[in-house]
Amino acid sequence: MTAKLILSLDGVFIQEYPLSKDRMTIGRKPDNDIVINNLAVSSQHAAIITIGHDSFMEDLDSTNGLSVNGVPVKKHFLQNNDVIEIGKYTLKYMNEYVSKTSAADFEKTMILRAPVAPLKVQAEKSGDTGLFQKSHADSEVKTEEQPESPPQVDAVPVQAAAPRPVTLAAIQILNGPNAGKELDLVKGLTTLGKPGVQVAVLTRRPQGFFITHVEGANFPSVNGQVLGGQPRQLQDHDLIELAGIKMEFYFKN
Amino acid sequence: MKFEDALEIVAQTSSGMVRAHNEDSIATDMVCGLVVLADGMGGYNAGEVASGIAVEVMVAEITQPLKKFSPTKRDEETGEELAVALLGRSIRKANASIYQAAQSQAQYAGMGTTIVSALFYDNRMVVGHVGDSRLYRLRGETLASITRDHSLLQEQIDCGMISVENARHSQNKNLVTRAVGIDAEVIPEIHLHDVEVGDVYLLCSDGLNDMVEDEDIQAILYAMQGNLALAAEQLIQTANDNGGRDNVSVILVKVKQDFAQSHSWLAGLLDWFKE
Repeated sequence: MTAKLILSLDGVFIQEYPLSKDRMTIGRKPDNDIVINNLAVSSQHAAIITIGHDSFMEDLDSTNGLSVNGVPVKKHFLQNNDVIEIGKYTLKYMNEYVSKTSAADFEKTMILRAPVAPLKVQAEKSGDTGLFQKSHADSEVKTEEQPESPPQVDAVPVQAAAPRPVTLAAIQILNGPNAGKELDLVKGLTTLGKPGVQVAVLTRRPQGFFITHVEGANFPSVNGQVLGGQPRQLQDHDLIELAGIKMEFYFKN
Repeated sequence: MKFEDALEIVAQTSSGMVRAHNEDSIATDMVCGLVVLADGMGGYNAGEVASGIAVEVMVAEITQPLKKFSPTKRDEETGEELAVALLGRSIRKANASIYQAAQSQAQYAGMGTTIVSALFYDNRMVVGHVGDSRLYRLRGETLASITRDHSLLQEQIDCGMISVENARHSQNKNLVTRAVGIDAEVIPEIHLHDVEVGDVYLLCSDGLNDMVEDEDIQAILYAMQGNLALAAEQLIQTANDNGGRDNVSVILVKVKQDFAQSHSWLAGLLDWFKE
């Protein structure tokens, strides 16, 4: 479960280092945890600090510096598959915790027993639960909460891990001073009108685009049908009318 | 005090898309202008029990004294205004009740809960919180977090180890450093804030702010402030559309009118008689 660094030179694997300590140093001198015997590397070049499941890298005022994914950095919060470059050497950061953990696992709120200073947290324990109060109960809950069948929810059935749809849609204004203007619906929520006066919203959801009346005396209509209080799903080339402004909704791909 | 005219409150909770049960508890009291939200944790149903006790104890401990006394009266024990004293005291009482239940029954061992609560009075709001449930304020177009999480991640942000932008990628999101019911004593964080007409307050469990970015919360609240019920529904729906990995609860409070306490000599005299 521990995160690790994979040292390579010119794409050739040299060694793997588990991040088993709170603080691990990288440098040319033999007292470093990760020793890279090359003159481009400073005697103490950088340090990796691990807290819980997160690791941070810090340049220890090295002569030649370091870069992550091609960008020179002084300090960096490491993400899975980040590539650290020191001279001609590369260190790839791999954190299996990210991929192995199911959604239900890591969102579970847990109590960190006492307000300890962050650096005191034992990196060795990352992944196991010795740190946390009532971890036993939690692990039981986890098994209990991984049902074979999808969970029963009253909302529209959506796969929890379903990726965002890549569908693009837009509305084009058909009349008035802004006629011809096109508005891409890239945000989760697009507001039509002015808050406090007259508002309808267009929402992008995994199952499509919806229009909902929020406030104001004018209710929008779709293809001549006036909306009630409920959201209405939009179809390609639907005609929306709101307070005299006509708009056409359409998909872009 | 007529909160019916001054405040509009809606509350909604959902177990989310993944969890089988809902460990969040919420309560609102229109008479006293009180809102409470708790996100419980612990094995089996202990999380629901903990958050349920928290909400019940807090509502009882705050609404009972306020039937008799003005929230601006000095508290004899602490010298603070009664509203401020009550909020802190009620969280400590909730802590004691949960702690005792956890000690006496094995299946509840180690249960705990977060709390975020607000009591509105005299054009102000006293906010009490423990853990990572939040209170946000929309004023004008600006959304601000009024509470600061008691979490490992927030401590890391505070000491500059991790930037706010990077924080959303952290794997340590779910570690709270303070919770109600875990130890014999708890220190609630209590702050007093002025409120303005037009403000919209959002109390939420981390099931919302872990799934929905602050800028999206802002967009929804700003666009839908004219229809709070719809705004609450939209917030929860967005969290669920984004994966809904946790229970998600929201309480929205909109300040529609001034609610200054009358400071007349008569009110003071009446308070004095009630004692």
